[in-house]
Amino acid sequence: MIQESIRNQITFSQIAAAEGLKAGLQITPEALIDQVRESGIRGRGGAGFPTGLKWAFTAAEKSDKKYVICNADEGEPGTFKDRVIFENWADLVFDGMALAGYAIGADEGIVYLRAEYTFLREKLEKCLAERRKKVLLGENCLGMKGFNFDIHIHMGSGAYVCGEETALIEALEGKRGEARNRPPFPAASGYLGKPTLVNNVETFAWIATIMVKGSDWFRGLGTEKSSGLKLFSISGDVESPGVYEFPMGISVNQLLTEVGGRGAKAVQIGGASGTCVPSAEFDRAIAYEDVATGGSIIVFGQQRDLLDVAENFLEFFEDESCGQCTPCRIGNSKLLEGVRLLKKGECSAKYLNELCKLAETMQIASKCGLGQSSPNAFLSIVKHFRKEIFNREPVAV
Amino acid sequence: MLISQHEQTLDQLQGLVEKHGDQRNALIPILQDFRDQSGQITDYAMQAVANLLKIEPSEVYGVVSFYSFLSERPQGNFVIRLCRTISCDMAGKQAVARQLENDLGITFGETTKDGRFSLEWANCMGVCDQGPAMLVNETLYTKVSPEKVGEILDSFKSRA
Ligand SMILES: Cc1cc2nc3c(=O)[nH]c(=O)nc-3n(C[C@H](O)[C@H](O)[C@H](O)COP(=O)(O)O)c2cc1C
Ligand code: SF4
Ligand code: FES
Repeated sequence: MIQESIRNQITFSQIAAAEGLKAGLQITPEALIDQVRESGIRGRGGAGFPTGLKWAFTAAEKSDKKYVICNADEGEPGTFKDRVIFENWADLVFDGMALAGYAIGADEGIVYLRAEYTFLREKLEKCLAERRKKVLLGENCLGMKGFNFDIHIHMGSGAYVCGEETALIEALEGKRGEARNRPPFPAASGYLGKPTLVNNVETFAWIATIMVKGSDWFRGLGTEKSSGLKLFSISGDVESPGVYEFPMGISVNQLLTEVGGRGAKAVQIGGASGTCVPSAEFDRAIAYEDVATGGSIIVFGQQRDLLDVAENFLEFFEDESCGQCTPCRIGNSKLLEGVRLLKKGECSAKYLNELCKLAETMQIASKCGLGQSSPNAFLSIVKHFRKEIFNREPVAV
Repeated sequence: MLISQHEQTLDQLQGLVEKHGDQRNALIPILQDFRDQSGQITDYAMQAVANLLKIEPSEVYGVVSFYSFLSERPQGNFVIRLCRTISCDMAGKQAVARQLENDLGITFGETTKDGRFSLEWANCMGVCDQGPAMLVNETLYTKVSPEKVGEILDSFKSRA
């Protein structure tokens, strides 16, 4: 019942199953990590940590047991590219995971698949079974003696915060998905206390692709600080919503032209935890050095009330906060109350300033990325749409 | 009657412990399977699984109450989850919500008297390009409109 989401040419279509894995296993683990590093790829899940560095850290840990985890919790509002990757190129993700296992010295891979994607599970299990038959998984994988990498799927149970890597590990361990203090980082002590590498679905697929097309090819695309290509999930007020591949560094304007979203009032980049970019700033670049995103782009047409948007996002965060720390648990409720006052035209300028200060405190004092980024949309909307926010008729209730 | 129900629950859980193991990291897979078999994770089931895994019942409750796809409340045979997040909101989820409430005669958070349908809100389901989105158990519906709601519900009425 899902329709096709792919809207332009996607490089993954050019890569055959196992092609990247075969190429990667021909070089040493060290050389493989160097290739990843040289490509300049940064994590495609949102935080943008350099992947090669993460692999090198995890590889350097001495341990009898290590884990490779594929983060398929994809819960950021507005993102669906990981679903599309699994629907179309699951083999590339599993190739990337096996490459990671080879590089860091792990024999167990786990896909943490969100509960909402249970409908994908059967297909993925079939794909894994096929791979075992072809010895692309399991004992002496691809004929390499002693390389026994296998993958299993662990279903999520519905909690956005479990996309945060330490909360995800807690969930895998059978606990509430409450983020851990870091350090220690998962690279040193992750699942069951063992060194653990967590990467996004798309990151793994790109690694398999880079092994085929080369790190220079990847590095040559995008910008200097944000190399390569990326999948974007486009929704909202556009003519052709769906998944697109673009080079990193594309401007908001260019992107809107490609997807049929010209004339937009604002664009939310990075999902509910991202920022709201007003039309005056549509020349900005979508890249780690400017506006970063895990790929979620939500377009708002002229008719949209941005306070409705802020309210929807804050309802989301109030609902999804794990409740462990006060700035996030109470802060999101307070911001939500504030937005509802603004909507009714009943918020004083002084109180709005206080809310902004609270929002800034949340960014600093929250324990994990959820609370740290949940005020971003609110702050950017207040900053760029002050006139609209204050120009409201008091509503009779 | 009650005793036999407890016995059945215990049997079921013992089977699941055999399948998933008795370590702490087996807890959630056990609860997920139990939910799929029984719908509701009862107080007794939480007690029993705690005993089997040698952990506190409060820890099991802590887990069950944390996750939105695990529930200690009784649930209908078909759990309907409508996406309330922004892209589906802009695509018209409110009208779909109203129609669901009208057709089922319940509001969000409730289960129909015959125990067949539960209605819940959910957050972004990963089909934001095809909203409004709705899950019925594991089946995903996209571009749901108020006039399609009746048809979808009817398709489940004939099923067990
Ligand atoms: C609240 C929250 C939710 C997150 N959700 C996801 C997610 O669904 N998928 C994902 O890959 N990363 C998510 N992340 C980022 C992960 O913590 C982690 O950085 C990422 O999985 C690492 O993979 P990458 O470097 O390949 O991007 C989330 C982070 C936070 C704070
Ligand atoms: S910031 Fe929010 S989600 Fe993260 S630990 Fe604190 S309460 Fe939990
Ligand atoms: S906003 Fe409804 S599926 Fe993403």
